[in-house]
Amino acid sequence: MTSEQLAWKIRRHGVEMTHLSGGSHIGAIMSVADVIGVLYAEILNFDVENPKAENRDRFILSKGHAGAAIYAALAESGFFDTDELKTHYQNGSRLSGHVSHHVPGVDFSTGSLGHGLSAAAGMALAAKQDGKAHKNYVILGDGECNEGSVWEAALFAVHFGLDNLVCIVDHNKMQSLDFCDKTLSTTPLAGIWQSFGWNVIEIDGNDHNQCRKAFQNIQANGKPTVIIANTIKGKGISYMENDILWHYRFPHEGWEYDIAVTELHKSKPEGVEDPYTPHGIKNPASPPDDADVYADHTMSATYKPTWFGKEQQL
Amino acid sequence: MRDTFVRTLTELADKNPAVEVVTGDLGFGVLKPFWEAHPDQLINAGIAEQNLTSVAAGMALEGKTVFTYSIGNFPTLRCLEQIRNDCAYHDANVKIICVGGGFVYGSLGMSHHATEDIAVMRSLPNVTVLCPGDLVEAEAVTRAIVDYPGTCYVRLGRGGEKRIHESLPNYEIGKAIPVSKGEKIAIFSTGAIFEEIEEATEILKNSGINPTIYTFPTVKPLDTQVIKEIAATHEIIVTCEEHNLAGGFGSAVAEVLAELPCHARLLRIGMNDKYCTLVGDQKYLRHQYGMSGKKIAERILTEVK
Repeated sequence: MTSEQLAWKIRRHGVEMTHLSGGSHIGAIMSVADVIGVLYAEILNFDVENPKAENRDRFILSKGHAGAAIYAALAESGFFDTDELKTHYQNGSRLSGHVSHHVPGVDFSTGSLGHGLSAAAGMALAAKQDGKAHKNYVILGDGECNEGSVWEAALFAVHFGLDNLVCIVDHNKMQSLDFCDKTLSTTPLAGIWQSFGWNVIEIDGNDHNQCRKAFQNIQANGKPTVIIANTIKGKGISYMENDILWHYRFPHEGWEYDIAVTELHKSKPEGVEDPYTPHGIKNPASPPDDADVYADHTMSATYKPTWFGKEQQL
Repeated sequence: MRDTFVRTLTELADKNPAVEVVTGDLGFGVLKPFWEAHPDQLINAGIAEQNLTSVAAGMALEGKTVFTYSIGNFPTLRCLEQIRNDCAYHDANVKIICVGGGFVYGSLGMSHHATEDIAVMRSLPNVTVLCPGDLVEAEAVTRAIVDYPGTCYVRLGRGGEKRIHESLPNYEIGKAIPVSKGEKIAIFSTGAIFEEIEEATEILKNSGINPTIYTFPTVKPLDTQVIKEIAATHEIIVTCEEHNLAGGFGSAVAEVLAELPCHARLLRIGMNDKYCTLVGDQKYLRHQYGMSGKKIAERILTEVK
């Protein structure tokens, strides 16, 4: 499967999984789908027959709320049956909303932000000590970079020369309630990582060629590498893109689901099958006139503290 | 106690290259013998306990037996979620070492006192909680946890604790250790506070009381068998810990007793749901908060009157 095909499948599974479960974080699943597609299709070394193979590359999705994207990538890579994806969030399922290491192919459970980079650094350090050649990958959210422990880990990885550690920040510019810059700004994100001493590569994280090139050009120069992947939250579904509503809202039955599927079908790469709606949706529903769409759902749209200086903007 | 720990671990690391110490920039003059003997088996992660603990989990998942090292409540409360999610939930082979249980860092103030650590650590599934009472227990615990799977928490005193046992050839995690056999009153003690029990026992003996005494170097898993036996054969069980009463060792014993149909009365000695606001050394603070030998004896004598 090509990275483009895998990324499309991640998006299609993501829509179905959140639709069926009422699960959150479709916006994050969509923004990170391309990076994960490239990683699992082309970059990561793994063995589905032996998920704990010693020479495998380690991978941690530290922004564990985009867990559906990893479950989709693992199932499509052959770690378990894709049918299981439909159990996401359900009673008795293995597929919790946030990433669980009880699923084959998952190295580390996440969900509380700010843990994954440290754990990956520990794995990278152990690999260095033991002379092992595999790489250690971790994906962070940009909102996650609010967590102080991320910066403890950033210092640590540089100090111990962990050039077998690759951190990708899914920089979709939005977090839970608002844009990152309206919450707790980490701009300029690349500059901050650079100032901590990391190799920094900044790319369009929804462009497969740029992702591919970034992963292929990681240098073993005694420093860890961070890839600032500039992405669009909700990428691929017009009404979700850059709307904070879709951090939590799931595609409901009706126009939300229909348009999501229809738009994905318009961008479907050759040679990929849609397991849920193979021929798309005939006569998709349209949003009603009063649909809450393309509106500003950010906190700052209505949050106007009086103590804050008029010249300043939150 | 901390020197015993470091000496024992240095020796164990000779034979076991998987042993790794990660310190949070602490252990001046203490860890030196270890890093000189095993420079490839020690990392100073700086003053960053959250990162340190997750790093330890990551290393442990790669096959290392990782000892995180810090003082007071820094290796536990400062990084509690990292212990819960990254170490315990993953059954990671991380041994959390706290130097300075209770009032060891007395005069440094409340920020450096570990007085809720037992309660918090024992509430975490998959975490074994150990509080050695003397150098012999400290050595036995250190040897035992190297080969014990999963996440452990070890609460050490600082040093100068009196010797309780001659030796512990058959030490086992989860077992209480009998110190003396008496009648009517039994004293259960965990951690370095035992030295106060010795003093209390002298006073009690002068009043004609001859208590049964056990140390509990393991708080979790708790030796319920000993508790049940003593609950059936004694009138009063006294628990003693240099720790808050809420959720601590005495609470753990109470949980066992409460489920028995009839049992000895329980008297818990420890911090009475307070923070320490006084300034003084460990001995002074123990006395002020009712945990000195004299205060323990007085308390027991009041109960038996």
